[in-house]
Amino acid sequence: MLEIKNLHARIGDAEILKGVTLTIPDGEIHAIMGPNGAGKSTLSYVLSGRDGYEVTEGEAIYNGQNILEMEPEERAAAGLFLAFQYPVELPGVGNANFLRTALNAIRRSRGEEELDAVAFLKQARAAVKQLAMKEDFLKRNVNVGFSGGEKKRNEMLQMALLKPGLAILDETDSGLDIDALKIVAEGVNALRSEKFSALVITHYQRLLDHIVPDVVHVLANGKIVRSGNADLAKELEASGYVGLEAA
Amino acid sequence: MSSTTDAVIQDLAAQKYKYGFTTEIEMEEFPKGLSPDIVRMISAKKGEPAWLLEWRLKAYEAWLKMEEPTWARIHHAPIAYQDLYYYAAPAKAAPKSLDEVDPELLRTYEKLGIPLNERAALAGVAVDAVFDSVSVATTFRDTLAKAGVIFCPISEAVREHPELVRKYLGSVVPAGDNYFAALNSAVFSDGSFVFIPKGVKCPMELSTYFRINARNTGQFERTLIIAEDGASVSYLEGCTAPMRDENQLHAAVVELVAMDDAKIKYSTVQNWYPGDADGKGGIYNFVTKRGACRGRNSKISWTQVETGSAITWKYPSCILQGEGSVGEFYSVAVTNGHQQADTGTKMIHIGKNTSSTIISKGISAGKSNNTYRGQVKILPGASGARNFTQCDSLLIGDQCGAHTVPYIENRNASAKVEHEATTSKIAEDQLFYCRSRGLSEEDAVGLIVNGFCKDVLKELPMEFAVEAQKLLAVSLEGSVG
Ligand SMILES: Nc1ncnc2c1ncn2[C@@H]1O[C@H](COP(=O)(O)OP(=O)(O)O)[C@@H](O)[C@H]1O
Ligand SMILES: [Mg+2]
Repeated sequence: MLEIKNLHARIGDAEILKGVTLTIPDGEIHAIMGPNGAGKSTLSYVLSGRDGYEVTEGEAIYNGQNILEMEPEERAAAGLFLAFQYPVELPGVGNANFLRTALNAIRRSRGEEELDAVAFLKQARAAVKQLAMKEDFLKRNVNVGFSGGEKKRNEMLQMALLKPGLAILDETDSGLDIDALKIVAEGVNALRSEKFSALVITHYQRLLDHIVPDVVHVLANGKIVRSGNADLAKELEASGYVGLEAA
Repeated sequence: MSSTTDAVIQDLAAQKYKYGFTTEIEMEEFPKGLSPDIVRMISAKKGEPAWLLEWRLKAYEAWLKMEEPTWARIHHAPIAYQDLYYYAAPAKAAPKSLDEVDPELLRTYEKLGIPLNERAALAGVAVDAVFDSVSVATTFRDTLAKAGVIFCPISEAVREHPELVRKYLGSVVPAGDNYFAALNSAVFSDGSFVFIPKGVKCPMELSTYFRINARNTGQFERTLIIAEDGASVSYLEGCTAPMRDENQLHAAVVELVAMDDAKIKYSTVQNWYPGDADGKGGIYNFVTKRGACRGRNSKISWTQVETGSAITWKYPSCILQGEGSVGEFYSVAVTNGHQQADTGTKMIHIGKNTSSTIISKGISAGKSNNTYRGQVKILPGASGARNFTQCDSLLIGDQCGAHTVPYIENRNASAKVEHEATTSKIAEDQLFYCRSRGLSEEDAVGLIVNGFCKDVLKELPMEFAVEAQKLLAVSLEGSVG
């Protein structure tokens, strides 16, 4: 369970998150929608521990631990995963090598045995197939020369292998065609269990047709201004965010 | 960049050099300082013929008249040449076989990960182990001899194959070539000799492992590799030294000769002690390495991974004389702490249709300085010559420096020279991306740096590539934070 309480965060002098409160019980999927610049990506970065964000108030407790005090890699080990809005390129670093290094780092921290190359490749190939990606995907350098859609799918590949307890998807659907969107949704739905929860940040209702959320929140101007069930997303699709920011 | 505490970083910096131990063994040393008498003593100790003593003495005379070069981007206190020992060797008589090698020495090399016992040795790699001024063991000599390959200490080659040594020694790097080469020519004490006869493909990797142990002792090894027509060999050198507070001088010379269709691949993993976190101690590494592609379609390829030494001054070069000959230089130079590296290559195109490739990756961290200095020279007769140079620098932190100094001289209109250079930093978003996937900051840096160096690392013999990757990561420990 993730409990965010009255979270305030700033970048330099600008306060971006102005008291976010949000609880995601295990097994639930919550969506966050909201206008550009509302602070959605900022929330995802603060939760995963990126430098440059100062938390001035509040806390974020995941499975009893205050994750805001942890290093990014410790949060990953605790089960947190962020699918980046803009995945980062790592020139010269092979995708398979990166995935295996990450997977083994997390396995080590959980006290599990590391996977050898053969066992890893078996898992990785299966995941690649599931996501309808080309075989050579694993041989290419991490995100280098990937199309926008390929980058997003690569995030999903990482998620499939790292099997997080809590996934934050930051606009993973942006730039995807409908087939790719379904594949991403299947990837998330495949992880659904009592022990898995997700925070899905999106602009579009259409993703939520495929990943049906338990709760939809609207983030505007650094605060959650409305929460509701899946119907809220449909309502927003029709009326937009006008009027919500002042709320 | 992170909240990793200073204490942790200092801890890492202190423990990172794994090879800093010393070996307690009885040594024989000549008196301090350099003089014609010391040169004579070294020559006599080795039982050398008169011509070689003459050659050494001439080099010594030339050295006296020369001055230390000052054009490199390096700074150091004056080297007290008269305060150094020029010869130090284990006191026991030279071993005739591996069974006779002092167990303490065997243990030393074992600790360095170089078992000299042939049963335990890395399969397919023959090793010559040089300890301070002498070679203490050479493995797999019988196997090699069967193939007609000579692989032995150069001091032994002087005795056993004098005609070969006399023909080739100084033929690529003349005794008076430069200040440090002249010094080496006067006082070199050992090193490796390799001769691959016509048409022979050397059946194993050859490797020399240099270890400086004695205090205040200069190491001056000399390596000579000859590949006759159609011969080929892959050779690797490794080097380490104890952690000592004073700086130690290492001035080596390596000469390579490749005849028609011959191929020599020379790889270096240089890990001399770099000095401590405050810049105290460490090896001064002034090395002259040059290969002559004398034959048609011959090829010499230098690959170096330079992570150690307080100062590195070295420019492995190719003289592309034979028509269609090929020179390559692949380099990774890492500097951290207070290290200074000024390294690169020279490609001298003399013959028609000669080609050269230079890939240099410089990584600077801490307060270090890293300079790539490269010369590409196309002489008038080198019609159709080609050079491609790619020179990339990566900066970690903002207290280090990276510099690129290309010298390009093209005197043939049909030749083509291309030069590309980039400088980048490890981006914060790359580090965060890796860490958000569970990698520690150190591992993230290691991964990104290895990616940056990939084009060079893939040139290393397989057996050593993994080792080199680990070394890169270790050399950069404590560089972020
Ligand atoms: N590095 C930064 N420096 C200064 N302001 C930033 C930075 N990153 C984001 N912002 C600002 O913070 C606000 C929230 O941005 P973001 O979290 O990316 O919004 P969203 O993801 O909801 O579109 C915006 O006003 C944006 O301009
Ligand atoms: Mg965003």
